Amino acid sequence: MAETPDRVQDPWGARTPYAPGTPWPARTDLHLAPGVTEDQVERWVPAASVLHSNGDAMDIAVRQGRIVGVRGRAGDRVNRGRLGPKDLYGWQANASQDRLTRPMIREDGRLRECDWDTAMGRIVDRSRQLLDESGPGAFGFYTTGQLLLEEYYTLAVLARAGIGTHHLDGNTRLCTATAAEALKETFGCDGQPGSYEDIDHADTIALFGHNMAETQTVLWARVLDRLAGPNPPRLLCVDPRVTPVARRAEVHLAPRPGTNVALLNALLHEVIRGGRIDRDYIERNTVGFEELAAAVESCTPRWAAAICDVPAAAIERAGELLGGAERLLSTVLQGVYQSHQATAAAVQVNNLHLIRGMLGRPGCGLLQMNGQPSAENTRECGADGDLPGFRNWQNDTHVEELARLWNVPPERIPHYAPPTHAMQIFRYAEQGSIRMLWISGTNPAVSLPELARIRSVLAQERLFVVVQDLFLTETAQLADVVLPAAAWGEKTGVLTNADRTVHLIEKAVEPPGEARPDLDIFLDYAARMDFRDQDDGPLIRWHDPKSAFEAWQKCSAGRPCDYTGITYERLREGGIQWPCTPDRPEGTPRLYTDGIAYAHPDTCESYGKDMVTGAGVEPVEYRSLNPDGKAVLKAAEYLPPHEDTSPEHPLLLITGRTVYHFHTRTKTGRVPELNAAAPDVWAELSPEEAARQGLSDGDLIEVRTPRGAVRARLRTTAMRDGTVFLPFHYGYWDTPAGHRPADDGAGRAANEATITDWDPVSKQPLFKTCAARVTLIARRESTPRSQSTTPAGSRT
Amino acid sequence: MTGITTTLKELHRGERDLEHDLLAAAERHRADHEFHHVATDVARWSREHTRRLAEAGRAYGLDLGGPADNPTPGALAALREKAAEALGRRPEAGLLLLHDLRELHLAATRNSLHWEMLAQAAQAARDERLLELASVCHPRTLRQIRWTNTMLKELSPQLLLTVR
Repeated sequence: MAETPDRVQDPWGARTPYAPGTPWPARTDLHLAPGVTEDQVERWVPAASVLHSNGDAMDIAVRQGRIVGVRGRAGDRVNRGRLGPKDLYGWQANASQDRLTRPMIREDGRLRECDWDTAMGRIVDRSRQLLDESGPGAFGFYTTGQLLLEEYYTLAVLARAGIGTHHLDGNTRLCTATAAEALKETFGCDGQPGSYEDIDHADTIALFGHNMAETQTVLWARVLDRLAGPNPPRLLCVDPRVTPVARRAEVHLAPRPGTNVALLNALLHEVIRGGRIDRDYIERNTVGFEELAAAVESCTPRWAAAICDVPAAAIERAGELLGGAERLLSTVLQGVYQSHQATAAAVQVNNLHLIRGMLGRPGCGLLQMNGQPSAENTRECGADGDLPGFRNWQNDTHVEELARLWNVPPERIPHYAPPTHAMQIFRYAEQGSIRMLWISGTNPAVSLPELARIRSVLAQERLFVVVQDLFLTETAQLADVVLPAAAWGEKTGVLTNADRTVHLIEKAVEPPGEARPDLDIFLDYAARMDFRDQDDGPLIRWHDPKSAFEAWQKCSAGRPCDYTGITYERLREGGIQWPCTPDRPEGTPRLYTDGIAYAHPDTCESYGKDMVTGAGVEPVEYRSLNPDGKAVLKAAEYLPPHEDTSPEHPLLLITGRTVYHFHTRTKTGRVPELNAAAPDVWAELSPEEAARQGLSDGDLIEVRTPRGAVRARLRTTAMRDGTVFLPFHYGYWDTPAGHRPADDGAGRAANEATITDWDPVSKQPLFKTCAARVTLIARRESTPRSQSTTPAGSRT
Repeated sequence: MTGITTTLKELHRGERDLEHDLLAAAERHRADHEFHHVATDVARWSREHTRRLAEAGRAYGLDLGGPADNPTPGALAALREKAAEALGRRPEAGLLLLHDLRELHLAATRNSLHWEMLAQAAQAARDERLLELASVCHPRTLRQIRWTNTMLKELSPQLLLTVR
């Protein structure tokens, strides 16, 4: 097999065109270390991607105890052998010289290396002291969307039933909380309705705030292959930037940031006005249509045009496209989830599919996407602000099920209020009521909004911070105890992607030094804390990935995310979509093929919330509104954004991703090809806006908001005027100051400038709605800078 | 003066006060970001109610006046914001927030009862316009009540147990 051509230059690879309704052809991508050939590889170990949410299946190449490359799995349903740039090159990060290899503790203000007993002993001593002094409410756990299912489930049990705190959430709060919440609001329960195979069948694909070309390169390759084949789908793109998706779209709407609800209400208005609705489907499967129709009646394209700054005619064309589709696939991502009125907007996309009756059939798919590889596992295992198995904290029967499973009294599992979300966990820490914060596999000192505030919270003397990671991240530098973790390829467990496909990742090589799998660290803590069940047996009875997976299977039984038909052995053959039971061993490509399955008051994960205030709906109210468990069509009124432009801050700041990096570059920044492709932060303005501000391409500028400032080189690109874009990946670990900006104040992390504000329904922070100004710091040097010629990303 | 005009006047005052109290509390609790933003959002509903009540009052010969002028973010407001941020680090700020939520909840409940009375009277008097007004506004008042109740429910365990 030939080495895959440079995927930095061409992130999506060669086309394999195909016709609607036919299988997506395979194309196997391969990249090995220089000098290594395929026949020199000693073992191929099954794995899936952890550098994005697509769940691309691959084999890790191992030679002489080292990872020497990767090869896509041609037989797998998700990627049919393809791999994106981050997967082809990202494995090299495992072997970085600066991996953490020993635990560290803070002594006299400095971190120094120690052994595991010392580090764990310090955590356990502090835990016992806090339990005595303040109780479980003093503990917060902040995890990630990048660990494995077995690890999340173990963490959920030890936090919820061991410590007994409900302050446990993941950084999935930043990437996927709105997807989960929107599904709960509409379908009563989390669970992705659609399947990636819907791309093979759709005649229309609508991407709402989803730059698929950069977030899921392999999924976009699938769309490109349809576009290159016979009877290609028509594309609608909603994005303020002219992304690669926008360039291929028949209709591109670039709304003013923060106005998604107005735009979506107008699209619903058009679909209803044109009579493009499926009355029979609505009648059988939904409640609330009359209210929705009344709410959008006045939301004409003209009305929305004035709010969104999009031509009314373009909205009408988009409405025509959506109304005329016979097989409509919609995808939604951060342009909606991280913007003003996040859940309210995402729910309107659900509504679009329900009123058009486009659900549960090939090509009629709805994908509320994820940003991270195992975000789905964080959600289903209850390591985010939910209970395990999509159980409802307001439903005592659901809590009793968990209590029986864990053999603890129900009152030991906090359920007097919803599990605390990440932004509130940091608020409690700021206020001093959370006094121990255990952060695993994430980097809030770069990824949360308003970083000066986050750094000051983490640096507090009264807060004991534990950080478990691969590298000494910006956050780890602020910790009291640092625990070295094993990486992808150094441990075993499963991971579930955005379309419910479960993959097994097996251990290929040993972790460096004394680094340990996250699962082992959690199990060690549980053992040292001696958590007991109500018969004085150990609370956690599993001891390795397989036994943890089996414990999870019992927890998932009978719930939408049922894993009881999945085994490690079966996963070695390829990915399987849950729910998968012994009766349905092939898994489930699409949910809701036969009506709405999980919205019944006794089954549902949530009774819903107010779309504006986030106030909870009471069980009795839900029961009377939706006694038969249909989908709920929830209308939402448009509200002006919380922070708008002013003469002092005339632009709107949005942040986002580049195809070459993941999260805070902890791994991708240590990969030569990826780092070289996007080595430093930049800012984007439209050429017209740049001219208006007196700026030119390559100038060093400052982007400032009332919170802080970022310094970056300007790139002029095709996008909305009045909007400035910053990539969110860059931090300080590879700068002299280490975890913060140098003393002059302006930083490199986009989140120096972002606002602390979150959607009241999903609690997802809003990274895409705040006011900013730009100023010139220095003109571009007269000598031409070496410019990379990468086609992806944001270059014009 | 009939019972309806008395109720209109009291409700008008109640909505006007609630807008003011929501905005004042929003400013006081800037460090509690969700409360700050949502309080500002739902204050807009009370403002709208005040305006519509003033309009409706004209038919009853009442001159109720529009909503209060929006407080301009002057030097004093900036000072209060700074103070709110500094105080936000202290556990006692949590107790003050619970107190404010309770007061807002009671004020909204008072308004809700007035809307209920008005709607009942409008039905009896077959006053379509007044009934329409109450049926548009009252649900939002109920949402203000539910919101303050939800916030209290979620915040109380942490704030009451950990402040010593």
